[in-house]
Amino acid sequence: MFRAQLIREWRASVRSRDEILNPLVFLFLSIMLFALGLGGEAHALSRWSPGVLWALVLLTNLLSLEGLFRRDFDDGTLEQMVLLAEPAFVPVVAKILVQWCFSGALIALLTPVLGLVLNMPMTAWPVVMATLAIGTPALSMLGAIGAALTVGLRRGGVLLALLILPFYVPVLIFGVTAASDAMAGLGVNAQIFALAGISMLAVTAAPFAVVAAVRISLEQA
Amino acid sequence: MNLTELWHRMGSPRWFYQMSGPWGTGFATLAVVLLVVGTMWGLAFAPADYQQGNSFRIIYIHVPTAILAQSVYMMLGVAGFIFLVWRMKLADMLLQVMVPFGMGVTALALFSGAVWGRPTWGAWWVWGDPRILSMLLLLFLYFGLYALRAAIPRAEAAARACALLALVGLINIPIIKYSVEWWQTLHQGVTFTLTEKPKMPIQMWAPLLVNVIGIYCLFAANVIIRLRGEVLRRESGTAWVQEVVATHDQARRGHSGDSGAMA
Amino acid sequence: MSFDSVESFFHMGGHALYVWMVFGASLAGLVGNLINLNRTHRAAVEAAAREPLVSEEEPS
Repeated sequence: MFRAQLIREWRASVRSRDEILNPLVFLFLSIMLFALGLGGEAHALSRWSPGVLWALVLLTNLLSLEGLFRRDFDDGTLEQMVLLAEPAFVPVVAKILVQWCFSGALIALLTPVLGLVLNMPMTAWPVVMATLAIGTPALSMLGAIGAALTVGLRRGGVLLALLILPFYVPVLIFGVTAASDAMAGLGVNAQIFALAGISMLAVTAAPFAVVAAVRISLEQA
Repeated sequence: MNLTELWHRMGSPRWFYQMSGPWGTGFATLAVVLLVVGTMWGLAFAPADYQQGNSFRIIYIHVPTAILAQSVYMMLGVAGFIFLVWRMKLADMLLQVMVPFGMGVTALALFSGAVWGRPTWGAWWVWGDPRILSMLLLLFLYFGLYALRAAIPRAEAAARACALLALVGLINIPIIKYSVEWWQTLHQGVTFTLTEKPKMPIQMWAPLLVNVIGIYCLFAANVIIRLRGEVLRRESGTAWVQEVVATHDQARRGHSGDSGAMA
Repeated sequence: MSFDSVESFFHMGGHALYVWMVFGASLAGLVGNLINLNRTHRAAVEAAAREPLVSEEEPS
């Protein structure tokens, strides 16, 4: 059942390529803005790269989350999914998992490209990749709560950012310090454990909140 | 009357309206007395701090508002939980009236902290201080609740959405606080915090205590009075509210009639 | 009393700007809050008076 949902979501995502591509293009576009803003100096960009990277990953993730429930909400599929599925969070978790594959996981895989563009020393890449992979599940899970709450609203985008960005701060803090400590050649065990803990908590607890939020949004439609 | 019955009666907005009459003004009066006493005591009579001099007197505003800002958000989370589980209308009204007050108190805590930072650390805004940062995040959390309610047109859906968000916030606050504090230990920019003094003499903390109690009384007065208004607004079509309105009109007309006779 | 004179009280040992900024803002906040509270109940009664009676039975 979960697998069937997963395959369905995967196919739907692959079919609408722009939903995967647009956030990624946004990510590289904003990196370019920062590079220009910092004067194009390789040294400056390298120095601020952990912060730039993580802040932009948060925003990119929010951007791709905005459409997470939108289409299924509009055509009524979401209502059927939540009503018929037993337990109700199976289709919801499948959706979030697929979203994560095409946002957080994909960005983690792109670390070498990002590292090159941002002038990050190659020694830091493994840590950056690992923290991106470990930290982004929490982003997708927490963001899905906000996406579900705002899906029925006409202008939900900015509201979604307002509601969810404060909850992203811990991931940002541990992710940025992990990247900059790795660049300085320091150990990053504490950050990795903290990110893993946050993601674990989000993965186990957030689905219930997402389902409740979906139900609230369906009721008001 | 058994316990479940009591629980249901407590959930009735009408019951709340009828029993809460004198409490709002009572708490407001108490709050003003306590806040005036505590503030004057702190401003003029408490000794100056040996290190910070007189700027330390900002503590008498900063600490009470900061404590209240955090505990109001805790209460929001609890009210949200009660509303989601038992669908108690009064809990949602509570959630609604507490948000603007909490936002104001948080803003004041943030402002006083920033001003205090200027003479103490030489900067109006210090990102390295965990307290200021978690206060700022708290302000954003309050604003999120406020904006979410404003954005959802149907009251019932808005109520449940806000309750859920408040609950999620309640669970997230410890994580946010912990991460911010951990982050601050790396920076070591701020070596001594404003408020954590190992030994504060009684002349210093007694007025602080008075102000803390005073601001809680102000909070209670705000909640009670605004909740009464919200009850009337939401139940305005019912017979008992119309009765309340009628007695109000009568009292007013009787009052103006008296003054007319006097003239 | 920890000040010798009224002037020194207002001077706050050179920290007058900071201390009075915070306490002034707090006083303004308190007064604004009390005025607003004072109006709350009357405004609610007036709003309810404009509303017509919907039904005899009251929702729980």
